[in-house]
Amino acid sequence: MTGVLPDMLPPRGDRRLLGGGRRLDVAEHLARFGPLPWAAAPGLADLAHRAGLRGRGGAGFPFGRKLAAVAAGRSRPVVVVNGCEGEPLSRKDHALMDLSPHLILDGAMLCAAALDADDIVLCVHRGDPAGALLRAAAAERHREPIVASVVEVPDRYVASEESSLVNFINTGTARPTSKPPRPFERGVRGCPTLISNVETFAHLALIARFGPDWFRDQGTADSPGTALMTMGGAVRRPGVYELALGVTVEEAVATAGGTGLAPQAVLIGGYAGGWLPLPRAGAVRLEHAALRAAGASLGVASLTVLPATACGIVETARIAAYLAGESARQCGPCMFGLPSVADDLRILAAGVGRDRALRDRLRRRMTLLAGRGACGHPDGFTRLLDSALRTFGDDVRDHLHDRPCRGSLLRPVIPVPRAGQPGTGGWR
Amino acid sequence: MTDHVLRVDPIRCTARGLCAELAPELITLDEWGYPVLTASPVPAALAADVRRAVTACPTLALRLDRIP
Repeated sequence: MTGVLPDMLPPRGDRRLLGGGRRLDVAEHLARFGPLPWAAAPGLADLAHRAGLRGRGGAGFPFGRKLAAVAAGRSRPVVVVNGCEGEPLSRKDHALMDLSPHLILDGAMLCAAALDADDIVLCVHRGDPAGALLRAAAAERHREPIVASVVEVPDRYVASEESSLVNFINTGTARPTSKPPRPFERGVRGCPTLISNVETFAHLALIARFGPDWFRDQGTADSPGTALMTMGGAVRRPGVYELALGVTVEEAVATAGGTGLAPQAVLIGGYAGGWLPLPRAGAVRLEHAALRAAGASLGVASLTVLPATACGIVETARIAAYLAGESARQCGPCMFGLPSVADDLRILAAGVGRDRALRDRLRRRMTLLAGRGACGHPDGFTRLLDSALRTFGDDVRDHLHDRPCRGSLLRPVIPVPRAGQPGTGGWR
Repeated sequence: MTDHVLRVDPIRCTARGLCAELAPELITLDEWGYPVLTASPVPAALAADVRRAVTACPTLALRLDRIP
């Protein structure tokens, strides 16, 4: 390898994005990864496509297709970088913004160059220290031809959904809008808008430098590359880990030190994700296709392990109440359906005195919510509850027969923030 | 008409319920009064009813979309 600076070698193994665990300034960043390859910009969509890069905000949409769709628009596009991390069980975006802000900016600038966009909007939650951090990183890049500015978004669960961000930038209200149009068709100032999660842009920065084959060296054919995963709950060393996509649940848990208490289930993908039973689902691979087949979803790649001592119904009921409170209250099925179902679940968690009607009501209501909102909020809610009823089936039976499990008397283990006030406040 | 499907803009919809009265074969109301639409294409025999329902919607939330 003579002639190649050791520092410029592509990152090896599954440690790609977080580097040595400390923040690099722009000079260190460029010394570590090499200069930004502007020449890659014209072929960026094809590069992303060949790498098989999927968006890292939850849905896993193929990024090359998204980029090409935005490029096909008729006016000058805008690039929006989503660092809001609205999912309370995820910290991976914060780890990335904290340690590798310049990888994020690299990817965003390449996209802006590829699309001939003039500006980049970096979105973070209001009051989040990540805002100052990204501002400082952007200021270090003042010699670059494209300007990145930071926009602070209200700290609400659905405020960082794509159309909410566009709506907020355009009108100052961070609530989702009806589709069509989707942001790639008509977004910020009516222009085609590329929106993706901070981690997507960081991966792209490395793909542009080291190539699609290097990227595919980790991960699976369905979900290539590595992913930042937030490990929490009953693991010994909770935190953010970068792992190859396709590792098993068991392997991911082992990376985080294994479980302290005996595990009974894992919540994958955060509040809008899905429960899988442990140890039974230990061999399930953490990639989009495998998780979908298992009735879960990779989502934002958080894994929260529930110990055997806890009650999955109580935990899910608390999350459901939070999600119901975080409805933007624009669509009837979400505004009325989520609180009703959350209340059914609260009654179930408390033990119901042999209420047969409750089970039927819950099942009927749950089948009616998905796909009926302007955004995916009711869909995520339904996925969580479906997976809970499946995973904690024995507990559901006991609760329905007025025999709440012992775990339901203990303190809940999954942290749940207080939902925003009902009504229309808090969106501006 | 078989190449069209009913859609509702869930933000515009305010649960007035006229649509379910005019096209009950394809639109039912949930317990809160919001329409639940059949996902299948609109049969030719119901085309007239469906058009009436779309026109009658006071918030212009209901529409007929061509299936791509």
